Parts: sequence; C-alpha cells; structure tokens
Amino acid sequence: MTTALQKYYDKINNLKSEEMILNMGPQHPSTHGVLRLELITDGEIIVEVIPHLGYLHRCFEKHCESLTYPQIIPYTDRMDYMASMNNNHAFVMGVERMLGIDKDIPRRVEYIRVLVCELNRIASHLIAIGTYGIDIGAFTPFMWCFRDREHIMNMLEWASGARMLYNYLWVGGLFYDLPVGFEERCKEFIDYFKPKMVELNELLTHNKIFIDRTANVGILPLDVAISYGVSGPMLRASGLKYDLRRVDEYSVYPEIEFDIPVGKGEMGSIGDCWDRYKVRVDEVEQSVKIIEQCLERLTKELKRDKEFDPRAKLPRKCTPKAQDFYVRAENPKGELGFYFMADGKREIPFRVKSRGPSFNNLSVLPEISKGCMIADLIAILGSIDIVLGEVDR
Amino acid sequence: MDFNDLKRLLIEKFGEEIIVSEQQEGLQPSLTIQSERIAEVCLELRDNEKTYFDFLSCLSGVDYGIEQQKIGVVYHLASIPYKKQLTLKVEREFDRNSPTLPSFPTVSNVWRTADWHEREAYDLLGIDFEGHPDLRRILLPDDWEGYPLRKDYKTATEYKGIKIDY
Repeated sequence: MTTALQKYYDKINNLKSEEMILNMGPQHPSTHGVLRLELITDGEIIVEVIPHLGYLHRCFEKHCESLTYPQIIPYTDRMDYMASMNNNHAFVMGVERMLGIDKDIPRRVEYIRVLVCELNRIASHLIAIGTYGIDIGAFTPFMWCFRDREHIMNMLEWASGARMLYNYLWVGGLFYDLPVGFEERCKEFIDYFKPKMVELNELLTHNKIFIDRTANVGILPLDVAISYGVSGPMLRASGLKYDLRRVDEYSVYPEIEFDIPVGKGEMGSIGDCWDRYKVRVDEVEQSVKIIEQCLERLTKELKRDKEFDPRAKLPRKCTPKAQDFYVRAENPKGELGFYFMADGKREIPFRVKSRGPSFNNLSVLPEISKGCMIADLIAILGSIDIVLGEVDR
Repeated sequence: MDFNDLKRLLIEKFGEEIIVSEQQEGLQPSLTIQSERIAEVCLELRDNEKTYFDFLSCLSGVDYGIEQQKIGVVYHLASIPYKKQLTLKVEREFDRNSPTLPSFPTVSNVWRTADWHEREAYDLLGIDFEGHPDLRRILLPDDWEGYPLRKDYKTATEYKGIKIDY
C-alpha cells in the first residue's frame, strides 16, 4: 500500500464524531452516469467531496496503440457520446494537420462538418439543460428538450446511419455527402426550434424556484477556474470570453459570425450555477445562428453537385511524419485535446493521449462544493455537465 | 513572444543547462527541460508577465518504447492573454523491472489541474510525482497491478479471481 492510499484510509477511518460518510453514486441519477462521490458530511453540510472515477474506463489510449488512425475515429465517438461529431472533428483535424492535407479539404466538406458539429452541440446542450432541470426538480423541461433533441438525432441518423455514434467525419473528408433534402429539413427544424427556445426560457430560465436553487450556488471564481483547467461554457460562465473557435480560428469558423456568451451574474454572482446554465442556453442560440449561415452557403455557392465526392481527398495511407502534435478544439463541454506521437514508420500512432474537458471540469468539484449543502451539490454537479464516457475514457 | 524568445528568457533566468534539447521539426516545436527543475520553470512561465502561461491544457506521461529505457512527461501549456501555446518535456532513464518508480517533481502546486493529470500518469504509466498531495490511482482500482500504458505491459488475465475475457 502506498503512502497516499494509507493517508486516504486514515482520513475516512478517523472522522470526527460529528462527521459522517455518505456515498453518492455510482448509480445516482444526478451523477449522469457512473460516478461515485464520497461525501464527508457534518449534518447537511459537506466537509469534503472525494470523487472516485473509472467505472467506465475503456482503455481508449491503450486501444489507440494498436489501431490505425481511421480506425480510432469510432472510438472517439464513445468518449463524449453526447457530442460525437465534435469528437470526430477534433480528432480528424489533428490527423489532417499532421498529414499536411488540412488546406486541401473541400470547402463544402468543411461547411458540412461545421453544420453537423453545431447540430450536435445543440443536442448536447439540450441534454445539459434538460437534465439540469430534472436534477433540481423540474420535470417538464426535460421532456421538451428531449423532444427537440430527437429531431436532431433523426437528422444526424439520416446523414450517418447511426443515432448517436456517427463515425461520419473521416480523415480527409466525409463518410457520405449529406442526403438529398437534408438542408431543407434542417431549415424546417431551425424554424421549428427557435420559438421552442423562447418557450423553454419562459418555463425554466426565469423561473423563480429555479433561480432560487441555482443563483449564488457553487460560485466558481475565474482564477480558480483557470488554475483547474476548466474550459468551455464553465470557463465562460466565470466571465472570460475564451472560445477556441475564435482563438484558434480552425475550420471555417473565421468566416462565420457568432458571439461568445459569457456569464454576467444577472441573478447572483458571476460564475454561479445559474450563469453556467445561462451560458449554455445562449450558446444554443449562437449555434442556431451558425447553422443558418452554413445552410445559406451550402444551398448557394457551395451547392450540391453530382460530381462532388466527399471521399476524393481521403489519403490512401494515413502515415504522418515522425512528430508530436497536440490538437485542441472547442467541444460543447470545453477544450477537447488529442496529443499524438507518430513515429513516421507505421500507420499506428505511438501514443495518443486525450484530454477530455469533462475530466478537468469535474476536478474542480471538490473545491467549489466545500461547505455547501448536500442538495446544492446536485445543483453544482448538474451545472458542470459531465459525461462519464469522457471522464473515464 | 515567439519560441526563440522564450528559450532566451529561460536561459537568462535559469542558465544554459536548463534546456537539455529542443525539437524544431514538426508543427509544434518543444523544449526538453532538466527534469529536476521543471516545477521552477513552470512557475516562472506562469508568473512572468511576458509569458503568462496560466492554463495547463494537457499533461501526458510517455513511455518511449521497450528498446529505450526512457520515460517522460509532456506538458502542453497555453497562455490565455497572449493566445500562445508551448510544449515542454522532461524525460529520464529508468529501470523497467525496478520496484522504485521513476520520479519527477510535481507541478500540481503551479496549476491545480495537474493534480488529476499526474494521478492519471501515475495510474497508467507508473510515474511518481514528488510532492504530489494525493498520488492515488484514479481510473483503475486501487489494487490493480502493473501500469497498462507501459510498452512492456502484459494484459491481465484475471482480477480478484474474476477471469477477464477478450
């Protein structure tokens, strides 16, 4: 037994008489998967949270060491399974840059990628918003969000053949072009979806009970957020305008107009649970804006063409030169990074490390939930919006 | 501030010997730092007002292969105010069969996010981080034997009497 392990056992075996251990999870519905939180409580107050991860560890990095780059794409689907397209996009982008073909990708392909990624971002945020409602006792928004999300799932299934795990973006291109009529169907969805977001805001965002449960709870100051490597909507909710789509200007995002919503502390303090929720709601609106611009271009100057082959630029052999490369992209949950080590001889990467945004976002939980009530911990955990598939990889 | 300025800054502050080697090929250049002093270098890069590398994107342990008795850690830093990225590396010789783990100084007191990243590197590669506050396994069970991401790892056939099928 190592000294650190001994220290941990000493801690939980020698509690003060007023303290008690409470296990939350691994099968607790508000942990959004299999996460076990060991709470040291003093009555209703939390003294310490000790997260135990790994129930969903599927050895992603070990698998990568025996698979070729295109074969890894389906595995990335299963990391953040709420936003598989975005995972695909980050991975594919990294491999393309290592191969040096990132400038040759046809523009229609790039726009389709951004389109499906933003659709997936909306789907992911809808889950975050809906399940957040249900975590703190609002049932209706959950049903509404899932109803709307199902439209997106159906559309992406139509394009890729699978409902959640797509394997749609390939190194150098796409699995197939969008099916005929996709753009029109997508337009219809956007027209349908916009008023639904207004309804959702009326129902949940400005609901008195919801605000009472979330405002001024779990405040995450900006310096703590940065030190803990928190990224994505959580970092922006703490008041920093930092979005990798703008910082790195990857894909066709520089040509697209959208704003970066940040937390303003409207209902309480900057960086509280309500802010984190609100940033996601605002981001859905921005994603709708991006989708509209993509559709505009995909139906006009980059119109469907019989000659167009999304697989035309697929590399015959995916063997990058010997190098190390770290690629990062903005996922719905935050900065998704892949660190590749290629040896230049084989089609198999020497080492792949994935930096999951949920993993880092979750690591801040013990810090911000110290001293809060047990019921508030559910609100804080829900506002972090984790996916265990990515925490455990 | 570009890569060469950074290098100069580090040499001025810590002396010539701080940079063991540098890799310029590929898309992202990187610096290999003297492994005992990585925490100081990181602290300086975080706090110096010309660099402000305040965000640790990623920390990865690397086993460099069975032929090479070498293990290392790669740090991907990002500077939010300057929108820059930097890759630092440390590496050292180690004996695969020795029960003492190869050790590097922890950077978890520079960036708190390194806490979990280092636990992961310890868990999967068996790297010891000196001064880490809570170096327990994070993804695997506490009583797991071996370090799966080491290149000489033999896949386990059973865990606590339960057979593992593939």
